[in-house]
Amino acid sequence: MTNPAPIVEPREMPRPDPAVVPALSIDGVSHSYGPRRALMDVSFNVQPASFTALLGLNGAGKSTLFSLITRLFGIQTGGISIFGHDISKSPGEALRLLGVVFQPRTLDLDLSLTQNLLYHAALHGISRREAAARSAALLGRIGLEDRAGSKVRDLSGGQMRRLEIARALLHRPRLLLLDEPTVGLDVKARADIISHVRQLVTEQGIGVLWATHLFDEIMPSDDLVVLHQGKVLAQGPMNRVITESGALDVNTAFMRLTGAQVMPGGGA
Amino acid sequence: MSSITTREVPRGFTAAEYMTCLTGIVWREGLRFLHQRERFVSALVRPLVWLFIFAAGFRQVLGISIIPPYETYILYEVFIAPGLMAMIQLFNGMQSSLSMVYDREMGNMRTLLVSPLPRGFLLFCKLLAGTAVSLLQVYAFLIIAWFWDITPPTIGYLTVLPALILSGLMLGSLGMLISSGIKQLENFAGVMNFVIFPMFFASSALYPLWRVQEGSPYLYYVCQANPFTHAVELIRFALYGQINWISLAVVGACTIVFMIGAIFAYDPSRGLARRGPAGGEG
Repeated sequence: MTNPAPIVEPREMPRPDPAVVPALSIDGVSHSYGPRRALMDVSFNVQPASFTALLGLNGAGKSTLFSLITRLFGIQTGGISIFGHDISKSPGEALRLLGVVFQPRTLDLDLSLTQNLLYHAALHGISRREAAARSAALLGRIGLEDRAGSKVRDLSGGQMRRLEIARALLHRPRLLLLDEPTVGLDVKARADIISHVRQLVTEQGIGVLWATHLFDEIMPSDDLVVLHQGKVLAQGPMNRVITESGALDVNTAFMRLTGAQVMPGGGA
Repeated sequence: MSSITTREVPRGFTAAEYMTCLTGIVWREGLRFLHQRERFVSALVRPLVWLFIFAAGFRQVLGISIIPPYETYILYEVFIAPGLMAMIQLFNGMQSSLSMVYDREMGNMRTLLVSPLPRGFLLFCKLLAGTAVSLLQVYAFLIIAWFWDITPPTIGYLTVLPALILSGLMLGSLGMLISSGIKQLENFAGVMNFVIFPMFFASSALYPLWRVQEGSPYLYYVCQANPFTHAVELIRFALYGQINWISLAVVGACTIVFMIGAIFAYDPSRGLARRGPAGGEG
């Protein structure tokens, strides 16, 4: 006998199972720029096949954290691992599993879409033939296959972001970091990108860490990490964070936690 | 579901992966170079100005006696051609290294450095790619110089290649070492005044060292100790199918020292931090 199909509810975050290795584990990370402390004892996990929103105002330390995870900055205190691989001790293994979309655009504007993808594939040691096949498939998936040969410069902002996401997926990572990927995009492009990334979570089981200061990008089923002035103020499933702060919605919860003024329109 | 448990990742990298990465980086640098015509033209105009104007003016002032590797009296233009080839590489090395350390290429360095391959190897590939670009510039210069009666033996165009690769790597890693290590030299004007000009003028690029010795023995020692002198001499001899062993040893040793130093000193946070911790911070 098979069980009756479960009723589809807003998906609760899978409870961290101790046997499951987190996609990303940040453990007691602190970072200073000279006397200014950008991160203070930050710890949280991103589970595989989950969407974790890293919520914070500008200057909260989100980009510093991203720079540490991607090894642009050396870790001063604490540890970071990706699927159990410590990024300081075995960076090769850790970085193989990581895809990143940085906040500033990092595409070569004068090169074509395919050339950008092939370059990225080469950086991961993916052979030319394999890279060409994967590039074509990914361009098809983001609906830009007919633009493969055009210069990136001619793309719209939203198309460039989609290309950057495709590029980040080229080496088939299991963890995807996105640093405010929708900044500067129009409503339609934002919605496309959010739904694309959410599909990656549900269909491919990729763990996503999505840094943002826009509350309307977060869904009730998401995991939430509230970062404020370098400290984690709250973390857990969004519903729990809201309840525990005694608020009714994420805006108020954020405001209560940080004491920040939240602008109308869902942005901090 | 395998994605939820620890994922097996291959340890280390195969030789093929290293090769793919290296060719990918050089290929991209070449493509970018083809798109930056102004950079190419300015890299070419600089030595040509020296060749067409400076050398023509000095031709009558400086007589060059027969010194190795030359076997006959030569025109001043012929003498300074190897120095100008090295100058192209000097400028190129400093420019590309500076842009690696400071923010002009920061976006590109970000994508480069999240590659899982060892960081030292990635930087080496970058330096090699910069050298490859300098080779294109040098050979374009040699073609134009040929019409200006600078006609080394045909085989020289081939034998000079390894010398150029070595000197290009040396100058590129020196540039990276300097821009990583000396905070004040973060703009090109600073590098030009404090690195490029002293290195270029206190070398055998423009005048044979015995001439310098007649003028000032101290300056002679400075020139002798200048790695750029040895880059110039290595290129000069190689262009005539010969090897200057001392220069080869000096350039080889300097390349190794500078490159190791540059890889250790390289700190990508510097280019990011320069815009202030608030820059790019979310």
